[in-house]
Amino acid sequence: MADAASNDGFVVFDRVQKSYDGVNLVVKDLNLSIAQGEFLTMLGPSGSGKTTCLMMLAGFETATHGDIRLDGRPINNIPPHKRGIGMVFQNYALFPHMTVAENLAFPLEVRKLGKSEREAKVKRALEMVQMGEFGGRRPAQLSGGQQQRIALARALVFEPELVLMDEPLGALDKQLREHMQFEITRLAHELGITTVYVTHDQTEALTMSDNVAVFDDGRIQQLAPPAQLYEKPENSFVAQFIGENNTLEGVVTELNGDTCVVRLDDGEELDATPVNVSKVGERTKVSIRPERVEFNKDRLHADAHLLKAEVMEFIYMGDVFRTRLRVAGNDEFIIKSRNAPDQVRLEPGSQIEIGWLPQDCRALDA
Amino acid sequence: MSGIPSYASTGQRVWYYTFRVICGVIFFFLIAPIVVVMPLSFNAQDFFTFTPEMLRLDPAGYSLKHYRDFFSSPDWQQALGNSVTIAPVATLLSVGFGTLAAIGLSQPHVPFRRAIMAILISPMIVPLIISAAGMYFFYSRLGLQGSYWGVVLAHAALGIPFVIITVTATLVGFDHSLTRAAANMGADPVTTFRRVQMPLILPGVISGALFAFITSFDEVVVVLFVGSASQKTLPWQMFLGLREQISPTILAVATILVVISIALLTTVELLRRRSEKLRGMSPQ
Repeated sequence: MADAASNDGFVVFDRVQKSYDGVNLVVKDLNLSIAQGEFLTMLGPSGSGKTTCLMMLAGFETATHGDIRLDGRPINNIPPHKRGIGMVFQNYALFPHMTVAENLAFPLEVRKLGKSEREAKVKRALEMVQMGEFGGRRPAQLSGGQQQRIALARALVFEPELVLMDEPLGALDKQLREHMQFEITRLAHELGITTVYVTHDQTEALTMSDNVAVFDDGRIQQLAPPAQLYEKPENSFVAQFIGENNTLEGVVTELNGDTCVVRLDDGEELDATPVNVSKVGERTKVSIRPERVEFNKDRLHADAHLLKAEVMEFIYMGDVFRTRLRVAGNDEFIIKSRNAPDQVRLEPGSQIEIGWLPQDCRALDA
Repeated sequence: MSGIPSYASTGQRVWYYTFRVICGVIFFFLIAPIVVVMPLSFNAQDFFTFTPEMLRLDPAGYSLKHYRDFFSSPDWQQALGNSVTIAPVATLLSVGFGTLAAIGLSQPHVPFRRAIMAILISPMIVPLIISAAGMYFFYSRLGLQGSYWGVVLAHAALGIPFVIITVTATLVGFDHSLTRAAANMGADPVTTFRRVQMPLILPGVISGALFAFITSFDEVVVVLFVGSASQKTLPWQMFLGLREQISPTILAVATILVVISIALLTTVELLRRRSEKLRGMSPQ
């Protein structure tokens, strides 16, 4: 993704490296450009370097190498309190000895705003998160979801152009989390602020973001809008990490432009789109989404390669059927089909043939 | 008895009562000498004993003459004056240095934290007479021996361990993302300390301050070594009173000091409760 870092982004990471001990790099050569008003999510497993990147942007960690630029100016040597970046912390970090209104007024006070202006802004921020009644309460008197809203209001009250969020919804229950996902995206778009959001929850990343940067091993594995990330993963890690995915291993035997043929280890062949394979004879992992697997031959090309499969288990999930197959020795091959009136319910033990459109099956790195 | 379960064996029952008796005896040994002093300080005679009038609860056996003596004697007044000018200043120094040391030593990146902490705490552990003798020789070289500031510094050194311990204990529960949040909102380190960290560790600071104050106010060994006659504090005067003229005025002073100590310790306890409440309130 070296070409993604250009100089015109609002937030730019330019060949940034970070090491805590001087030996191991936690962040390896990070290049990232975030446009003004963009909602970017850093998604990755724990230890992938995403939180370190956020902390470097906030100023709580310093980059070992490389530049971080905010609106064109390098911020490596600017202390956190002079960066003017809003942040929502994982545990909210509300000041327990202040009331909600005092918490919100804090960033305005240190900016030396007048009392009436402060009060007006605090009131507006509280109303923005529908917490207008709660100004006089202490954080401990609020529920987790309410504290979350206050933390959000406090990060926005001084009208920063960039807001960072470090897994802000991690402590909430599922229903509240979904509601807050919606609220945060709505606010971010209404206010036109640039948001950098860190999470390990891929659903959150897909539903909220304009762009998602998938982190692993200190690098951005792929930076793309959610739909592209899900449908066109660029490597095996992204394919595995985002959504449910079936993987088969084999060797490329034919390569003709935008399609290729892969021979699996048991000798069967399939059609795929070459993504990170460059020559015949290379080993590859092919990735195919469960909902793109087809077992109705009428819907496939006449000359498409088909694979033999044995139905292992049929699971009724309401809106979809989830069927587990054995394909080329892989017991964990999943297909999902919509619960439609004409849908076939596969019987465990039956032998079927499956196939797919070549563009849905991607030959990635082995 | 509600405290003993019905299935308790005879041995357990015997132990249950023995344990309570032992506790009672311990409390008696600790408190009796202090409690006895209080009625004796109202003795109408110049003796350290309960007179027959006092035992009969006859009002004539009681008087405030020893308290009057305390407040009118120039010796006692000078001692009181010294104590109230030395203790608060020593306390201020202890609190300032102790709080800063505790905050510094709670940072994980400080090298040799344990060793530094042990050295700072040592005045509490080393026998007082050894500290006192050491300070005497050291301060003599510096020309501080026999001066007001010598006594203040010596007492500050004795008070610092208490402040470090109480403030460190409060800092354990301190959520460091709060200081990050404050910095993120634009507060410089000094404002962050003043507005966020200090209010939350204040109970620990105040407890430490009270301990440091009592240490200085009650201290006799170090001041005997480091001070001179013009730094004679209340405990020193009491010590002299015991040695030279056995006057129940000492008992009146002792009673006043006990009352002050109780008042201060009550404050500490109330603050501790408040701190626990505040800490329980911090969102985790």
